[in-house]
Amino acid sequence: MVKAKILLSGNEAIAQGALQAGCNFYAGYPITPQNEIIAYMAKCMPACRTGREQSKGVFIQAESELAAINMVYGACAAGARSMTSSSSPGISLMQEGISYIAGSQLPAVIVNIMRGGPGLGNIAPAQSDYFQATRGGGHGDYHLIVLAPSCVQEAYDLTKISFELADKYRIPIMILGDGILGQMMEPVHLSKKKNKVNTFKNWALTGCKGRKPNIVKSFFLREGALEEFNLKLQANYEQIRKKEARYEGIFLSDAKVILVAYGTMARIAKGAVIQLRNQGKKIGLIRPITLWPFPQVPFSIKNKKVKFLVVEMSYGQMLEDVKLAVCCRQKVDFLGRSGGGVPSEEEIINKVNKILLQ
Amino acid sequence: MEKTFFRPESLYDVPTHYCPGCGHGTAHRLVAQVVDELGIREKTVGIAPVGCAVVAYDYWNFDCSEAPHGRALAVATAIKRVHPQNIVFTYQGDGDLAAIGTNETIHAANRGENLSVIFINNTVYGMTGGQMAPTTLLGQKTSTSIEGRVKEKHGYPLKISEMLAILPGVAYVERVSLHSPQEVLKAKRAIKQAFENQINNLGFSLVEVLSPCPTYWGQSPKESLDWIRDVMQKEFPLGRIK
Ligand SMILES: Cc1ncc(C[n+]2csc(CCOP(=O)(O)OP(=O)(O)O)c2C)c(N)n1
Ligand code: SF4
Repeated sequence: MVKAKILLSGNEAIAQGALQAGCNFYAGYPITPQNEIIAYMAKCMPACRTGREQSKGVFIQAESELAAINMVYGACAAGARSMTSSSSPGISLMQEGISYIAGSQLPAVIVNIMRGGPGLGNIAPAQSDYFQATRGGGHGDYHLIVLAPSCVQEAYDLTKISFELADKYRIPIMILGDGILGQMMEPVHLSKKKNKVNTFKNWALTGCKGRKPNIVKSFFLREGALEEFNLKLQANYEQIRKKEARYEGIFLSDAKVILVAYGTMARIAKGAVIQLRNQGKKIGLIRPITLWPFPQVPFSIKNKKVKFLVVEMSYGQMLEDVKLAVCCRQKVDFLGRSGGGVPSEEEIINKVNKILLQ
Repeated sequence: MEKTFFRPESLYDVPTHYCPGCGHGTAHRLVAQVVDELGIREKTVGIAPVGCAVVAYDYWNFDCSEAPHGRALAVATAIKRVHPQNIVFTYQGDGDLAAIGTNETIHAANRGENLSVIFINNTVYGMTGGQMAPTTLLGQKTSTSIEGRVKEKHGYPLKISEMLAILPGVAYVERVSLHSPQEVLKAKRAIKQAFENQINNLGFSLVEVLSPCPTYWGQSPKESLDWIRDVMQKEFPLGRIK
């Protein structure tokens, strides 16, 4: 049987992936370039109720990103599969709430379709929220699992997976894309299989019938209690580091120069790699799919002559993770633009050729 | 002899951390009594604030959540929408509900969320050391209005209850006080009303509770009750607003 594909934008694919993952709560506030997500969720979650009757899915257009993320916090606390989406300035506003979600060990999915910054910036694609996404962003010692799709199919697939990861580790997940990924349309194969939804969450707030009251909180006043709790979080992060790092590696075995890029940028880099390979040049590509945990394995290359070139739509943010992963064994070069500038295949090829001459 | 006063099941038998004469303890008990009387303990979800009542869940014997400062009504909105059969309420101070959370307050009310709100108005930020709140009275001294609140500098006390009453989504607003046993009984009736409204799907209900903060009013517990009766009530008149 031929598997049918349908044409979706990246934003729509994320929304569709969420619905198929059993997402039954969405709250968001409009911001370009991710407005298709909120519109899609509104359309497909018609059970937009005001808390008077049982509904299968709840959609709320919040009054702000602050409200949206805290609605997600409440919905997660109540045991729902919850998601919000926004773009850079909106994600900045959500940071306090994300920190609370991490601190309360709640599973949530947060989509950031990045645009240019700082400040109001512009609505052009960018990758300049990498630090914010991978370093915590809000206050406190916490992490999100950060997933970076590079095509529409993957946007759909990773969104579906993200709900599973969120539940498994009770951790907020960020889907990190950019305006190009959000807006571009590609055929997507939708799987018929819906995710198995774990409806039993013994910590959720549902009323304490037949059990002791549940408390959802991140407040630890007793001396030593917060440190104890933070160590528990760290142990969870350690498990995630060990088990959940994902990447794609292309032509790595004989590569002399390895490009490192994620998301939309990785597609452009892949184009450059293929062109260079066609010219007989030994170039490879590492595409981290999880930005946190950052994949360490593909960087454990012993050959000191191999060189790395990090390409970003930002000014050297992922570069730091690559340098840490490479541990000074090899030389790491950088090419980056931002604020709507996107390094082109030609720019990448020119840079690689310069590196090959060195 | 019949026992007429006892600890509600919804209130744990533990000492609270509140200052002597603080209104939070009384207000906690009223909520617990009402939850017991309505027989809803096993379906209630309370949202504790950021403020002196931050650990209200250490005292209440039912499901509870925390919320970031000002965001309790966003959290409550979601919990109620996910579980409409639960009875969901927020418990918030004036710094929480009327300053940092004004936006969430107005919009949850305007959406007509079927929630109950217990709004503790003690005219100051207690937890952080007695700074000026939106509800601080003109002339009232706080650590950030040392000479007393001056309208030219600080604006006027904010009357959240009156503001919310004009919204069509709001079912019920009443202002009550804890300054005398009679008023405490009226406060309990109002809190019960707010919960009954939710049980009957009537929409957004808010009870504003004038509550003493002897510590940051610089008064004895007795003086602070008199101050509510003689001064605070003039700015914030008691009774049903909607
Ligand atoms: C985002 C944020 N800003 C500031 C604070 C500090 N803070 C904690 S409680 C509080 C004031 C609470 O006052 P109120 O709501 O009136 O309650 P009360 O303590 O008087 O009972 C403030 C400003 C915080 N926790 N979070
Ligand atoms: S500071 Fe005021 S509000 Fe806080 S516990 Fe003490 S008396 Fe109560």
